[in-house]
Amino acid sequence: MSNQQTVKFYQTGTFTVGNRLLAPEDRSVQANMQRTNSLNSGHRACQGCGEALGARYAIDAAMNATNRQLIAANATGCLEVFSTPYPETSWQIPWIHSLFGNAAAVATGLAAAMKVKGKNNVRVVAQGGDGGTTDIGFGCLSGMFERNDDVLYICYDNEAYMNTGVQRSSATPGAARTATTMPVGAEPGNVFGQGKFVPAIAMAHEIPYVATATVADLRDLEAKVTKAMTIHGARYIHILVPCPLGWGSASHDTIRLARLAKETGLFPVFEAEYGELKSTLAIRRQVPVEDYLKPQKRFAHLFGKTPAVDTIARIQAQADRNIRRYKLLEGV
Amino acid sequence: MLKQCEGSHAVAEAVALCRPEVICAYPISPQTHIVEGIGEMVKSGELKNCEFINVESEFAAMSVAIGASAGGARAYTATASQGLLFMAEAVYNASGLGLPIVMTVANRAIGAPINIWNDHSDSLSQRDCGWIQLFAETNQEALDLHIQAFKLAEELSLPIMVCMDGFILTHAYERVDMPTQAQVDAFLPPYEPRQVLDPADPVSIGAMVGPEAFMEVRYLAHAKQMQALERIPQLAEEFKAVFGRDSGGLTHTYCADGVDGNDGAETIVIAMGSVLGTIKDTVDEMRKPENGGHKIGVLGITSFRPFPLEAVRVALANCKRFVVLEKSLAVGIGGIVATNVRMAVTGMGLKGYTVVAGLGGRAITMKSLTGLFDKAGRDELEPLTFLDLDWNVVNNQLEREKLVRRSGPAAEAMLRDIGAVAARNY
Repeated sequence: MSNQQTVKFYQTGTFTVGNRLLAPEDRSVQANMQRTNSLNSGHRACQGCGEALGARYAIDAAMNATNRQLIAANATGCLEVFSTPYPETSWQIPWIHSLFGNAAAVATGLAAAMKVKGKNNVRVVAQGGDGGTTDIGFGCLSGMFERNDDVLYICYDNEAYMNTGVQRSSATPGAARTATTMPVGAEPGNVFGQGKFVPAIAMAHEIPYVATATVADLRDLEAKVTKAMTIHGARYIHILVPCPLGWGSASHDTIRLARLAKETGLFPVFEAEYGELKSTLAIRRQVPVEDYLKPQKRFAHLFGKTPAVDTIARIQAQADRNIRRYKLLEGV
Repeated sequence: MLKQCEGSHAVAEAVALCRPEVICAYPISPQTHIVEGIGEMVKSGELKNCEFINVESEFAAMSVAIGASAGGARAYTATASQGLLFMAEAVYNASGLGLPIVMTVANRAIGAPINIWNDHSDSLSQRDCGWIQLFAETNQEALDLHIQAFKLAEELSLPIMVCMDGFILTHAYERVDMPTQAQVDAFLPPYEPRQVLDPADPVSIGAMVGPEAFMEVRYLAHAKQMQALERIPQLAEEFKAVFGRDSGGLTHTYCADGVDGNDGAETIVIAMGSVLGTIKDTVDEMRKPENGGHKIGVLGITSFRPFPLEAVRVALANCKRFVVLEKSLAVGIGGIVATNVRMAVTGMGLKGYTVVAGLGGRAITMKSLTGLFDKAGRDELEPLTFLDLDWNVVNNQLEREKLVRRSGPAAEAMLRDIGAVAARNY
């Protein structure tokens, strides 16, 4: 039996022509049999974990782009816990976990060590979830940005503290229900008007490169990580990674939900350089936010006997605002 | 080379001679002059091959040092007071990961109320964090301890705090003997990490450890400190061989052991840091026949962690009583250093006195010490004494709180009672 699989000419719904039709040099890193498997199989992530997928895509691409000269600093969180149930570790790269809130600063230290040791080819990534990035690690992240340290920080955003049992973070969207949104306000979901969109804050630091991506678009994600590794200085990639456990979605819907987040406009996918928007991944076929919200139990309270039309309209308005702001229909 | 310079500058030069590769700088008084001094040497090229990083907090300072150390670089930072507390989580993490970072703590009080002056509350609050803690008595010793600290830290893969009294040492201009680069190079080999993040040999550092191994990993931290207990006196000897002077070690005794023509001391005063100078001056006076010929001596503790139980026991073997004079307060029990000393002398049948002194920069004068030691010698001292405490101020406030429910913020009320005072030491 050869390694060649049956050729599929079109993968329904992905807008992506099968990888095998491309010339080898144009194929994705993940399609390469020689990929590093930086986050190797055997880890303890849940079935359908978007973060595991995102980390695998991102770090393999970074390894490919750096000729395997890569070190990673990891914030506390799901990714850290599920990847290193010692004596087993899934990491095939030099990897350190220090604390929840300091991955960016540890990475700064690593980058300084590589520089002072003359190992200029060794590059450093920091990675964490949205809690470790947008909340507790935000001070260190902002410090790393403003000093323009030579670090790529990757945030795997699943929009809540999933490792501790689905609590609200500053990346939790309006109306999403978590264990800690229920006590606050009249609705079980997150209050509107709170939270922050860290990619925009990263842009405000005017660092060389900021990008967003989802696990639904492997090539786009890989291209952004690859590009980030060609740049020196502070870089930030924010990847939307659906969480079946926290979102109350089916494991097989992880990629579909990530795609719907982009196709509704709720999660804008773009690139920015030195604070300026440089490109967006245009919406291919716009869909209403309901299509994205309905498969997720965290939004189930909006779709009871009497649907919360006002709330759904607010979410749609957010999507529409993103579409306007980031020119998601026409593209940049 | 002999030179007259500020304590902070002496430490900055000594650290630079140790060829640090990553310096994390965040300003907090009274530590700031140290990293500024190193920064100047980086800028001038005097200190080569060194990354000087201005971080956004002490938490980041220690975190950057963690990353740098795990990347194989010799890492240094300095802090004090609130800064040490702000980085506390990373302080524990650095020792837990076994990273040989050296940090100066310019000892300063902890608020509230905010206070920038010297006591030992900051580093003593981190006494169980797994770091070695060495306390300098003089600027010379502060300088020397840093050179020893890099060597010891890297041998054991353990981080070390070199503690020096804020302002009293950091800002004092004194004569120091600055070693040459050749001397330091002869004493301190290049950093050879026990663990390093290297793409050529990938390892995972910082995995979760469950009940199956946590006890063993923690015991190892204790075992390392016990190794340090053996190495610290040896290092002081090795240091003397290269630099020609006594510095460091676990403890120093003075007039305590029946040598130098002195009688054995019946009373031994135990302390850490710069106050030992004042204590020794006081003891010199009190031992004079014309001043009563008190049989009194001194035990200075240089290594607070690991705590030298055996050395303390030996030093107190022939005395009748000991007085622990400490610039720290374990609220609700009394002394921190005293508790450790009592552990050492268990079963020796000694009378022991705890004296809390000098909190928040309160001056410790020879006059007060003379009265205190005299009282101790007659066993008339309370088990726990707060040296030069103004009881009127305290009692006024206690009375106010008894009478009025909304008595307001206590510190401000007590300051009002005292009234405006001239800027001088109290």
